[in-house]
Amino acid sequence: MGQKLTIEPVTRVEGHGKVTIHLDDDNNVVQSRLHIVEFRGFERFVQGRPYWEAPVLVQRLCGICPVSHHLAAAKALDVIVGAGSEGLTPTGEKMRRLMHYGQMFQSHALHFFHLVSPDLLFGIDAKPEKRNVIEVAKEFRELAVQGVMMRKFGQEIIRATAGKKIHGTGAIPGGINKNLTLEERDFFVKGPDPLNIDKMIEWSKEAINLFKGYHKEHRALVDTFAAFPSNHLSLVRKDGALDLYHGVLRAIDQDGHKILHDIDYQNYLDYIGEEVRSWSYMKFPFLKSLGKKEGWYRVGPLARLNTCDFIPTPLAQKEFEEFRDYTHGKPNNMSMHMHWARLIETLHAAEAMRDLLNDPDLQGGELVTKGQKRNEGVGLIEAPRGTLFHHYKIDENDLISMCNLIVSTTNNNEPMNMAVRKVADELISGQRSIKESMLNAVEVAIRAYDPCLSCATHALGKMPLEISLIDARGELLDKKTN
Amino acid sequence: MNQLIKFKIDGKECMGEKGQNIVDAAKDNQIYIPTLCNIPGIKPRGACRICTVRVNGRLMTACTSPIAEGMEIESKSVDIENLRKAIIELLFTEGNHFCPSCERSGSCDLQALGYKYQMLIPRFKFQFTDRAVEASHPKLIKDHNRCILCKRCIRAIKDEKGRSLFAFGKRGHHVEINIDTKLSKDMTDEQALEATEICPVGAILKKERGFIEPIGQRKYDKQPIGSDIETLEH
Repeated sequence: MGQKLTIEPVTRVEGHGKVTIHLDDDNNVVQSRLHIVEFRGFERFVQGRPYWEAPVLVQRLCGICPVSHHLAAAKALDVIVGAGSEGLTPTGEKMRRLMHYGQMFQSHALHFFHLVSPDLLFGIDAKPEKRNVIEVAKEFRELAVQGVMMRKFGQEIIRATAGKKIHGTGAIPGGINKNLTLEERDFFVKGPDPLNIDKMIEWSKEAINLFKGYHKEHRALVDTFAAFPSNHLSLVRKDGALDLYHGVLRAIDQDGHKILHDIDYQNYLDYIGEEVRSWSYMKFPFLKSLGKKEGWYRVGPLARLNTCDFIPTPLAQKEFEEFRDYTHGKPNNMSMHMHWARLIETLHAAEAMRDLLNDPDLQGGELVTKGQKRNEGVGLIEAPRGTLFHHYKIDENDLISMCNLIVSTTNNNEPMNMAVRKVADELISGQRSIKESMLNAVEVAIRAYDPCLSCATHALGKMPLEISLIDARGELLDKKTN
Repeated sequence: MNQLIKFKIDGKECMGEKGQNIVDAAKDNQIYIPTLCNIPGIKPRGACRICTVRVNGRLMTACTSPIAEGMEIESKSVDIENLRKAIIELLFTEGNHFCPSCERSGSCDLQALGYKYQMLIPRFKFQFTDRAVEASHPKLIKDHNRCILCKRCIRAIKDEKGRSLFAFGKRGHHVEINIDTKLSKDMTDEQALEATEICPVGAILKKERGFIEPIGQRKYDKQPIGSDIETLEH
């Protein structure tokens, strides 16, 4: 008699999803799936709207990283208004970069301190009432304050560049609608502790050390948990540097061989396809050259540190070298190392913000540039969770006629399903009884990818898990809730 | 100077010039009466009814009613304020006003009045009316989803011979604003911008310029609607 385990909702991730695990008569896992049960539909209802609305409208699909959607849409429209993907004024591009690094910083801080730290500080086996951010605040007050203040700093950067902390309007086709005043700059550079950029860099380094300490004590878990080989994809700067705002598209295989050779992303459709499966609202992207079965890839911090050649800020570069040395220069395929990579990126974002804040171009007056209009444009950006694709076509009257979005989490759809399967095989397969900690282990694997299934969800106190045992005829045998 | 006359608004002694309408006379006495369709300097039409006041027990539109000696006007009584709020709610539910992605957000009179009257959830059912976005004009886009049929564009935007560039088209509840394609053929950028700015909502948009005003510098980011006339309670 077969069984089906359901984890719904998956907690401490952004948005709503569920996991189902099907067992055979001997309780071996035969199938596991991460289902995304929300439907957004932005690709359709942006159609017929004036193109300049897209960066403001489409960002509403998310409350955690709307800046990424805002900027990816604006980048696509830069192409449409003739500014090209690299034709912005220095003020325009650097203001956008500052906005984006502020976004990266706050999103990574949110994920590590609010969502992941309970697992690291209290353990995967800890009771649900312990395994949450409130308990972190009680027992590790200083750390919790750091997390909150780092997020606040990033949000304030977004407010100064986009107008609002969430769902701003700063990026417009061909540029930006404001520069950074000296007063705004001084708030971040010379502000009293802790809200200044030097403190953010210091705390980012401490967060990496916290992870490295955990890694040292739990090496077997961190190195093997949900680890599996994969392809990796991200933007890189033309010289191979990590660049979260703009670059060319590079993909490598599990051994580091290039699959995509630094291509212009305007042609992404020649290289990337999307598969629809009936059981999820999320599509499954793949590299066309490898086909649907072998062409899936990972995106996000781990993929970015695997594809890039170096990091163009000194402190993050030093950490990157240690990260790379750990796998002897080969691609890192360990899912839990995603946290390590994410924290190195957090440090890089802080350093990049410091450099930008000290750049006088941010006080420039040339905000927008335009050229020969086109009817189609593609904008890519490295969002906190990975490569984000926005593609628009407009008609002769300036209304959007087509929109295609491949969001970061969509790119990680197959890898997250692989991670679930890996944990299910190792921890659940063959077991006669279900323990809550087994289910959290599945969630820990998903959480490593920091999926943004839509907007925000919170799991304070009791984890809202429900597990059902269903026989092969679909009858409920047992149900367990926490 | 015209003859000065005395009148009262909500019990406050006021002075105004004979022939002034109540909205303008109230303004001169630092009293704000909300308007949507009214344009200073252009003949009022009383289309939106948001300026409704009570005079001698009768409801009337303040923009079209002249002051009179000894007139006693009620403007801020609970029932009149509630009536105004109901009009705002009806306008929001009758059209498709999606403020989060509208480039007039922060500079929109309707939105500003929604905030003023603390409209949280309208008491009326959303109609989800099927409205078009017309973008064939070379300089302007008309978003009928947002139009409140106030006629400001018809009354204010004219060519050198005084002919309106805008007009009502269709009838009954299908009525909508049209642009005269012949008259507007040579519309200048300045006229297009003027048409955009005369619209109290985001129904008339100049092409290729959305969201150029940063948040914090938009009209009602700086001060709530009416606070240039009267110190408002928050």
